[in-house]
Amino acid sequence: MTESWRPTASIETLRERARLLASVRRFFAARDVLEVETPVLGQGGSTDVHLVSLSTMARTDRGHRRLWLQTSPEFHMKRLLAAGSGPIFQLARSFRDGEVGARHNLEFTMLEWYRPGFTLADLIDETTALVANILPRFHGPVTHYRYRQLFHTHLAVDPFTSSLETLRRLAVEYGQMPARAMAEEGRDTCLDLLMGLVIEPQLGRNELSVVVDYPASQAALARRHQDADGEWVASRFELYLNGIELANGYDELTDAAEQRARFMEDNAERRRLGLPEVDMDEHLLAALEHGMPEGAGVALGIDRLVQLALGKARLEDVLSFSTPNC
Amino acid sequence: MANYSTNEFKGGLKVMLDGDPCSIIENELVKPGKGQAFNRVKLRNLMTGRVGERTFKSGDSLEGADVMELEMEYLYNDSEMWYFMKTDGSFEQYAVEKKALGETEKWLKEQVPYTVTLWNDNAIHVAPPNFIELEVVETDPGLKGDTAQGGSKPATLSSGAVVRVPLFINEGEVLKIDTRSGEYVSRA
Repeated sequence: MTESWRPTASIETLRERARLLASVRRFFAARDVLEVETPVLGQGGSTDVHLVSLSTMARTDRGHRRLWLQTSPEFHMKRLLAAGSGPIFQLARSFRDGEVGARHNLEFTMLEWYRPGFTLADLIDETTALVANILPRFHGPVTHYRYRQLFHTHLAVDPFTSSLETLRRLAVEYGQMPARAMAEEGRDTCLDLLMGLVIEPQLGRNELSVVVDYPASQAALARRHQDADGEWVASRFELYLNGIELANGYDELTDAAEQRARFMEDNAERRRLGLPEVDMDEHLLAALEHGMPEGAGVALGIDRLVQLALGKARLEDVLSFSTPNC
Repeated sequence: MANYSTNEFKGGLKVMLDGDPCSIIENELVKPGKGQAFNRVKLRNLMTGRVGERTFKSGDSLEGADVMELEMEYLYNDSEMWYFMKTDGSFEQYAVEKKALGETEKWLKEQVPYTVTLWNDNAIHVAPPNFIELEVVETDPGLKGDTAQGGSKPATLSSGAVVRVPLFINEGEVLKIDTRSGEYVSRA
């Protein structure tokens, strides 16, 4: 008899998981952050070139139409902010096609929260406080790094000023791939490879590593600003522990016109790469048009945090059923 | 052959890489923060046996390799080619080159089943069974009264392999050998 019907997490682990989720809820209740639930389906999806959205056809009051499974609850939550919700959080089921592995599952739980009036620095403090709350045995320091500084330290190159040839050469070397594999690739692809393969495994060793000042081209839905060196960077942070990326936070873009332009740029890039275009979320754009309060928001992979809290080797060890046995 | 995309790479899948058939051992998704995803893949080159790593952009694909592993009995050799026969009742024979035989040459015995790897219907690798029984054709005389403990001595087996055996073993005895370590296990 096959045993594939069995849960991938033990029942004991699921009890621990429930206990940790309860403490997440207590953390936000104590700070007067409202828990919300938003739809998994939306009329628009994420245009992000590096995310693959799932979609489904559904019969709605406006006929048979495509609905997108959300890659994060961001758009719906921003619409709540624009409607005057104040600070909100959600434990939201999210979907990213093709992402399956030791640290990825096609559907996963995102802890996402928004803080009107917060600066990025305020939100970094709150995020590290939450992680410390969930990992009471973790006593390491919180160390801040600039993206540029990490590349100087680990690879002796500058992500902003080193030549594309230099970045391609390093990517090919560390990726153990033939030169032709990167010959057509731009700076961001080279930087992503080096970040993922070389730098990330070094982050969060006996500390919580906070990375800021990402290149402006990697801003997604964050504002952009000029850093101390005069480079345009994304107003965005990432949090790492044990080489695992836990959270990604933004000083949120609130400009509807700029948001529309970025969606269109994404879809133009999708056409160029032969990828399917994704419907822009017109509701989100209308909400930004109406006015969303300035503030910061962050998405944290709660399954990974539970995995770290319980010392499990693979994400599936903390999921009732992982995608391969769903 | 079909093409396989990085998200279909899993342990045991046979693909073509740089002109050689390879077997995928491990496939790890690497996705930094918000950016492009990659797959770090560990593969064994089936021609050389060497294990290497290669990073692919997620969504890249490789051509599948027409590789099969079949059980075949060793028949004989004419010192240029070594001949094996399928054990599925078809009596179909394959000629194997010395290069494909590799280390397995010293573990050959008629009528023993081997695992032969075929690529495009050509034998590229022959794996012996984990344990094989072979006769000692040459060794120093056995020592009377010597027991299992104590020293060892070299013995040449009927297949040509030389293994370390206990001092009490004599010529003409049949021994069970572990082909993975090349070590004596017991008298057969």
